[in-house]
Amino acid sequence: MALPSSRRSGHSRKAQYTVFTGYVLAAAGALIGAILLAISLWNPAAFGGLRGVANDGVAPVKHSTTAARSGGAGFFGGIRAYFNAASQNTALREEVELARVKLAEAKAIEQENARLKSLLGLKNGEHAIVATTRLIGSTASSTRRFAYIGAGRNVGVRPGMSVRSPRGVVGRVLETGANSSRILLLTDSESVLPVRRASDEVVAFAEGRGDGLLRIRLINLGINPLKVGDVFVTSGAGGYYRPGVAVAVLNEVTPDGGVARMIANPLATDFVSVEPVWQPQAVASSAISPDQPLAAQDGAE
Amino acid sequence: MIDRINPRSRSDQYGRRINRDHSPILSNLLPYLTIMAGSLLVILPVAGTMPLLPPIGYLVFLGWRVMRPGLMPMWAGLPLGAFDDLFSGQPFGSAILLWSVTMIGFELLEMRFPWRSFMHDWLAAAFATTAYILLAIMLSGIAPGIHHVAAALPQILLSALLYPIIARMIDWLDRIRLTRVKVVD
Repeated sequence: MALPSSRRSGHSRKAQYTVFTGYVLAAAGALIGAILLAISLWNPAAFGGLRGVANDGVAPVKHSTTAARSGGAGFFGGIRAYFNAASQNTALREEVELARVKLAEAKAIEQENARLKSLLGLKNGEHAIVATTRLIGSTASSTRRFAYIGAGRNVGVRPGMSVRSPRGVVGRVLETGANSSRILLLTDSESVLPVRRASDEVVAFAEGRGDGLLRIRLINLGINPLKVGDVFVTSGAGGYYRPGVAVAVLNEVTPDGGVARMIANPLATDFVSVEPVWQPQAVASSAISPDQPLAAQDGAE
Repeated sequence: MIDRINPRSRSDQYGRRINRDHSPILSNLLPYLTIMAGSLLVILPVAGTMPLLPPIGYLVFLGWRVMRPGLMPMWAGLPLGAFDDLFSGQPFGSAILLWSVTMIGFELLEMRFPWRSFMHDWLAAAFATTAYILLAIMLSGIAPGIHHVAAALPQILLSALLYPIIARMIDWLDRIRLTRVKVVD
């Protein structure tokens, strides 16, 4: 199909100028885009307010689709459960028996724990929850892994707070709008989380790899003690996340650590809770540059 | 007795021709509204692990550009890209840049190859979407690695396959856009 005649400039000077102006305007648009891009790469928080307002605007739509999504998942899950009800029933019964035994053991351990803690004079920290809300959307077509939750500044959500589901850590609040917030998921390439192996004190960093897996990088290099199936929990270092929350299961061992899978897959997550920054002092002190003279640091505190 | 004339003889695919006209609001706004809806559509599902959906906003934008050249002004990439950036998760400015470059690129393509079939358009759109997704990874503010490209492969394939469907949808939307709904007195 050839160009329509209205799109051919021919010998008309006026039409030629129109075409030329079009090119100039489009090039100017590209240039503006490049400048804005450079600004937001240099300072990722720039334009955060604009994004917050925009996402607040569409939050009601997202809420309704979330209800539909979880409802739909429940519906299909119900059908699936109907088909293997009998075998599932026996399996679950067995599992419940085992769980009861484990629960009794856990209670005993809890008691002992409380006794030991009282001996040491340790105070049990309160795990206050800022908000309980739904995961209402994500950036499904971009390489960056952000998600949106349905709570914002109005209920006290602030950047830096950790977001967790009943299974484990989901991510960290990055930007807040009035009624919605953007969170950085653990699988994003910019996310780094200090973790330790649940069974002992092997410390590592869990970094997002960009393809849904986490890379576990050991801090103490040497002989790699990790095995497939090891569970990692937050170590509490850095001060953002409280220690002892499940993060990932090791999938593959590499020379400097391993590759792990997230325990709290956001796809299967419906409700999440936002928890306050665990140790605000630690976060504040890590923000101070070591290059600054000591007097300035004292002034900041 | 004179037979009643065929009732459809005074109408075409856009409706009755007598006493009716295109609605300026509908015909001017529909492309922009559908592109913005496409930009919003990709944030609704929760994709925690890897990019899952093709960039639907960009595909619809490309569809309107290819199917109806000259309908959107050349600078349309600026406002539409800015809207897409607010939701896509990319750093603000990346879609403004890439969508504006797309407008220029397709203008040049049209000058160079005036006679095209649907297959050529599909090829051009598939090439543009692949370049868009790969460049978006480069511009997303992370150090791009092989894992990112590998995770984007299903998305690239899906985008290339989705173009004919988007093109049919835009054909249908274009008929709605030009339906004569305004009554001329």
